[in-house]
Amino acid sequence: MYEIIDKQTLSNGVTQYEIKAPRIAAARKCGQFVIVRAFDHSERIPLTIADVNRAKGSITLIVQTVGKSTSEMTCLEAGQFFQDVAGPMGHSSEIKKYGTVVVIGGGLGTAVVYPQAVALREASNKIISVIGARNKDLLILQELLGSISEKLILTTDDGSAGMKGLVTDALRNLIDDPQVGVDAIYCSGPVIMMKAVSEVSKPLNIPTVVSLNPIMVDGTGMCGGCRVTIDGETRFACVDGPEFDGHKVNYDELMDRQTTYQEQEKKQYDKYGHKHSCKCRKQKLIDNKDMQI
Amino acid sequence: MTGASNHDMPPANITPKQRMEISRREMPQREASERNRDFLEVNLGLTEKMAIWEAKRCLQCKKAPCIEGCPVGIDIPGFIELITEKKFLEAAALIRRDNNLPAVTGRVCPQETQCEIRCVRCKSDTPVAIGWLERFVADYEMAHRAGRVKLQREKTGKKVACVGSGPASITCGGELAKMGYDVTIFEAFHKPGGVLVYGIPEFRLPNRIVEDEIKTLTAMGVKIETNVIIGRTLTIEQLLHDPAENFDAVFIANGAGLPTFMNIPGENLKGVYSANEYLTRANLMGAYDPDSETPILYGKYVCVIGGGNTALDAVRTSKRMGAQDSYIIYRRGREQMPARIEEVAHAEEEGIKFDFLTAPVEVLGDKEGWVKAIKCIRMELGEPDQSGRRRPVPVEGSEFIIDCDMVIVAVGVNANPLLTQATPDLKLNKWGYIETDENLQTSLSGVFAGGDIVLGAATVILAMGQGKQAAKSIDNYLKEK
Repeated sequence: MYEIIDKQTLSNGVTQYEIKAPRIAAARKCGQFVIVRAFDHSERIPLTIADVNRAKGSITLIVQTVGKSTSEMTCLEAGQFFQDVAGPMGHSSEIKKYGTVVVIGGGLGTAVVYPQAVALREASNKIISVIGARNKDLLILQELLGSISEKLILTTDDGSAGMKGLVTDALRNLIDDPQVGVDAIYCSGPVIMMKAVSEVSKPLNIPTVVSLNPIMVDGTGMCGGCRVTIDGETRFACVDGPEFDGHKVNYDELMDRQTTYQEQEKKQYDKYGHKHSCKCRKQKLIDNKDMQI
Repeated sequence: MTGASNHDMPPANITPKQRMEISRREMPQREASERNRDFLEVNLGLTEKMAIWEAKRCLQCKKAPCIEGCPVGIDIPGFIELITEKKFLEAAALIRRDNNLPAVTGRVCPQETQCEIRCVRCKSDTPVAIGWLERFVADYEMAHRAGRVKLQREKTGKKVACVGSGPASITCGGELAKMGYDVTIFEAFHKPGGVLVYGIPEFRLPNRIVEDEIKTLTAMGVKIETNVIIGRTLTIEQLLHDPAENFDAVFIANGAGLPTFMNIPGENLKGVYSANEYLTRANLMGAYDPDSETPILYGKYVCVIGGGNTALDAVRTSKRMGAQDSYIIYRRGREQMPARIEEVAHAEEEGIKFDFLTAPVEVLGDKEGWVKAIKCIRMELGEPDQSGRRRPVPVEGSEFIIDCDMVIVAVGVNANPLLTQATPDLKLNKWGYIETDENLQTSLSGVFAGGDIVLGAATVILAMGQGKQAAKSIDNYLKEK
C-alpha cells in the first residue's frame, strides 16, 4: 500500500497526488513512469512521474479523470492509500545541451514535459514553454513551468487564456522569429497534437522528442499491447520508450489503437455513474479527445 | 481385476500380477459442451477410491525409472505406496520434500514426456497416472491438513533475494527457506505467482491453488514484495551492496519476457493480441469476468497462431469468452505440436478447430482499423531443421483467407532486456538469455539464474528443477563464502 501524502486539484478533472514510494523516488529518472492500481479491483494505469522528493521519499503523479478507474482513483484523499504503485518504468529522457528548446505540453501532457523542462534547463538549455488546452480551465502547471522558462506561451482553442489557436500556431511563430532559433522540441499531449508538431518540425529538421502513452498492461515488456511503429519497426513503448524521435512515429496507427477499448470504457463509466455518488462524480467528464495522450 | 469398480476397495496385499491387471483410471472431467462456456476447471480430480486403485497399479520398481524423468526428483513410488495405505497427508509431505508446488505440477506438468513415459508398464500397457495421483494428494492435503508446516530449521543469518515469483523462484525460495536462509522474493506485478497467475488460465490451474501454494511459502518465512521491478526499482548491484538491502546472494528468475510478433502486415490492427496480453488481461487482471475493470475484446471468430501450450490456452480462453469459432493456425502438423497431448485433446473436445500446415501471411483490416480476416498460406514439410523437426515450406499459390475479428499471436517470446540492460556485467548468450555454468552461477559473483530467462520459454517443471538446483548452488556458495 502506498500512502497519499498530499492531494491537490489542479484544474477541473485534474488531480495531483504526492505518494510515499521511497524506492521509486530514489530510482526515478526524468521521463519515467509508474503503473498504479488505486484499489484491489482496479486496472493498471500508467502515469508519468511528474516530480520526486527524495528527502521525503515521495513521487508526484498527476491524474486526469477520464473514465471509471481514474474517477475512482480521484476519490482517494490524503492519508488514504493506493493499492499498488510499480516503477519507475521506461527509459529516462535523453537530455543534452541543444541551446534553445521549445517544450510543448497539451492537456495532461504538460505533466510529462514539466520534468523534462527541468532537466533540460539543468543541462544549460534555454527553455520556451508552450501549454495548450481547449480552454483556460484545462490548463495545468502554468506557474511551475513558467518559473523555469524564459518564456511561457499559453494557447487555448477558444481564446479564454493566452493566444487563441493551437500549440502549432505558437510553435510556428517561434520558428519564424529570427530572435529565437529553435534547436529542439520536447512534446507530449494528445497524439494528434504530437503528430501536428512533428509535421511542423520535420521539414526543418528540428530534433523533436515525443513521449507516447499507448495502451499498456504490465509496463515491463511482457504483453506487447503498447507496441508502436517507429520508422517502420514495431517497438514497445514501455521498454523501448516512452520517448521516441517524433519524426519517426506512425501516429495514425497509434491514434487508431488508442480507440480499442473506447466503447467498453464508455459503457463501464456510464454504468459506474449510476451506482457511484461520491464527490468525484460531480467533476465533469473531460472530452475523450483531450485525454488521449 | 481389469474391470475393478471404483466403488470397491482393492485388496490390501496384491501380487505384481494382480497389479498389472488393474486398468488405468480415467480422469473425471466436465462435459466439453458445458465447460467451454465457463472458466471452471476441466479435470475434476480422482476420487479417493480411484486414487487407491490407480496407486495399486504401481509395481514399486526398485530402480524406479520414473524418478529419473522428474526434474525435481520426487520419490514417486514412495508417495504412491503411501496412497495405497491411505496415508494421504504423509504422501503429500513426501512429495513436498522435493516439490514445493504439488497442486500445480499435478495439473500442468507434461508427465507423458517425463515420469510416465518411463513407467515400466508402458512396455505392455498404459503408465501409472503419476500426475493425477500427485494432484489427488495435493488437493487432499489442501482440504484436510491441520495447518501448514512450520520450519524448525536453525537460521543461517544469511539473506537471499529471488527475482520474480514464478515457479523457479517459488521453488528456489522454498528450498532455501527450508535450509534456514532469510529469503525475499521480488515480483514486478501486483500479485505473486508469475506465469502461474498471468499465463495459465483458470480452467487449467485455478488461482486459488496458486494462492494456497504461495501461502504455504510465506508460512515457511519467505517474504514476498510485489511491485518491485529488479532492473528499474532496484538493481542487482543494490540488492548485493546497498546497506538497505544487503543480500548475500541473488537468484534471477524473471521469466522469458517479450512476446514475438510475426512481422507480417496488419499485425498492429485493433483485435491483434499477443497471447501474453490476451491471457494477462483474462487471467491476472480478471477480464474473463465481464465486471472486471480491465477491458478485453470479445472475438466472435478467433484465429490463434502457434502450436504450443500458450496457443492452446489462448484459443480455449477465447472460446470460453463466447467465440463462435476459434481456430489454431499452426505451420507444422499435429505430430509436431509442442503442446501437451491432453490439452490438444481437451481443445478438440471443446470444439476448437485446427488448421495444420498453415501459416499466416497478412492480417487484413477494415476501414476503422479492426481485424476482419487473416490471409494464410498452406505449408508442406521439407527437410528436418536444427530442432530435428521437418521444416515447413510454403506451397506456392495456396493462399487463402479466413474471416475473423480477432488474431492472437502465440509464436514464442524474446528475452526480456529490462533486468539485463540494467546489469551490464551480466553475461548473456546471443539471444539475450543469461549465461550460467552447470551450477546456474552467472558471470557475477553471488548471482545465480534459472527458469525461462536461462532456458528460453520452457515448462513450469523445468523452471522448478532449476530453482531447486540453484538453491543447492546458493547454499554451497554461501557456506564457502
